[in-house]
Amino acid sequence: MQPFSYAPVADAAAAALRARAGASFIAGGTDMLQLLQENVLQPDELADLNGLPLAGITEEADGALRIGALTKLQEAADHPLLRERHPVVAEALDATASPMVRHMATVGGNLLQRTRCLYFRDVSTPCNKRQPGSGCSALEGENRHNAILGGSEHCIAVQPSDLPVALVAVDAEVLARNTDGAERWIPVGGFHRLPGDTPEIETALKPGDLILAIRIPAHAARWRSHYVKVRDRASFAWALCSAAVALRLDEQGRVAEVRIAAGGVATKPWRLPRVEQELLGHRLDRDRVRLSAVWASEGAVTRTGNAYKAPMLQHTVERALIELGGLA
Amino acid sequence: MPEPAHSFMLTIHVNGVERQVQVDARTTLLDALRDRLHLTGTKKGCALGQCGACTVLLEDRRVVSCLMLAVMAEGKQVTTIEGLARGEELHPVQAAFVEHDAFQCGYCTPGQIMSAVGAIKEGRARSDDEIREQMSGNLCRCGAYTNIVAAVRDAAAQGG
Ligand SMILES: Cc1cc2nc3c(=O)[nH]c(=O)nc-3n(C[C@H](O)[C@H](O)[C@H](O)COP(=O)(O)OP(=O)(O)OC[C@H]3O[C@@H](n4cnc5c(N)ncnc54)[C@H](O)[C@@H]3O)c2cc1C
Ligand code: SF4
Ligand code: FES
Ligand code: FES
Repeated sequence: MQPFSYAPVADAAAAALRARAGASFIAGGTDMLQLLQENVLQPDELADLNGLPLAGITEEADGALRIGALTKLQEAADHPLLRERHPVVAEALDATASPMVRHMATVGGNLLQRTRCLYFRDVSTPCNKRQPGSGCSALEGENRHNAILGGSEHCIAVQPSDLPVALVAVDAEVLARNTDGAERWIPVGGFHRLPGDTPEIETALKPGDLILAIRIPAHAARWRSHYVKVRDRASFAWALCSAAVALRLDEQGRVAEVRIAAGGVATKPWRLPRVEQELLGHRLDRDRVRLSAVWASEGAVTRTGNAYKAPMLQHTVERALIELGGLA
Repeated sequence: MPEPAHSFMLTIHVNGVERQVQVDARTTLLDALRDRLHLTGTKKGCALGQCGACTVLLEDRRVVSCLMLAVMAEGKQVTTIEGLARGEELHPVQAAFVEHDAFQCGYCTPGQIMSAVGAIKEGRARSDDEIREQMSGNLCRCGAYTNIVAAVRDAAAQGG
């Protein structure tokens, strides 16, 4: 680890001040410490956000749930209102990392977790995301964990977090504050960026922006929802593929509203509008589910190591819908 | 607010005793415990959060001490494997690990035991499936898993 200075900050204004002076933020530290240990990040200064009053979940007047950015993943997973109203989010959190990591990691930090691409985390290799213009080692290299959707010729790294995939399915938004103190809401679906030719720019945040909270709107509480995660082992691993599904059936049992997002397969949480369209207006039966899920991998570009993800994605979406619809 | 600094005089409460130690901003809690406070029961495996060998309790919650800066533990209560036994009397989870032969080389064992103590305190060791899921952040290269589950089940039944 390279030397850096450290100081806690007490409020958002102090955080902005330190960020302007070049500091990076640290919250739970679980991704930051890995990146420091591997010399992927070499900040001059760390500003510790943990003194900010941004932990905890509250219900707003209109019934929305507001999750403070510093809420620990475990605390969010255990919250009774979140579990009851938005199972997809609770299940995504239950399937995230290990209990130890969930006691440390924050929801804000989870949205900003960096990719698990092997080359990004190995400073001895070229990587456009880590070192713009150096090349992408994954295109022709070890790309079993890389993306089949949303990639570019410059980068095919997966955004590896489970939580934002679930948040896309429940129409959640992120509240960000810039260094001038201005606040804005960003839909989670528009929070992460496609790599294009600037894979080093990963989100809609500008340097120094602080995440204050995540908000799940009240209308999402009307939806049944579910998260399915497929990994190399039964527990404690990043997703090879995941599917978040939220939907509402009308009185006739037909799909009236539906949101589906995929994780582990794309450069950002990946909404599946074509699958949604195929389901709308239909009863959830096994045939309709299978015919719809086939569209999940539409547009996929596969490489030697990750071609398995295209059929896996279809089957993961199918399984999520079958389990949610009680069709198993 | 304090100015950013590179070195700190840290005060932490380790196993109920207030300790002061000079640390660099870069020092992890794991290295502070092992190298500065000479509490070498807590083990270093991967240093990336992936093996659980460095598990300690921070304010009664399981954490991996390799992914935490020591300065961020300022003023906090830390419990390590050295803090479990009462004199010569083993903690029930330690006793259950001995009873069930829940280790071979023993390298992962302090982390396993701290994680089990945490899981039982959290009320999350109610079935074998739950124990397996809750202990999944603690890897054992010797594959002592079956006996670890038996030990945790037993200790949980006795109230941990
Ligand atoms: C062994 C292991 C397994 C894991 N498995 C999974 C998994 O299965 N699924 C999954 O989703 N994740 C997994 N993770 C990742 C983990 O969930 C993230 O590391 C964690 O959520 C990051 O949160 P943090 O608070 O620790 O962030 P930090 O490491 O403190 O920060 C991460 C980044 O976010 C920035 N940041 C943090 N908070 C804010 C804020 N409020 N405003 C602006 N910027 C901020 C920091 O500057 C930094 O750039 C795993 C991690 C480990 C170590
Ligand atoms: S896929 Fe992206 S992160 Fe991975 S090596 Fe290529 S540029 Fe780097
Ligand atoms: S040494 Fe901390 S988890 Fe492996
Ligand atoms: S007993 Fe050897 S690693 Fe677990």
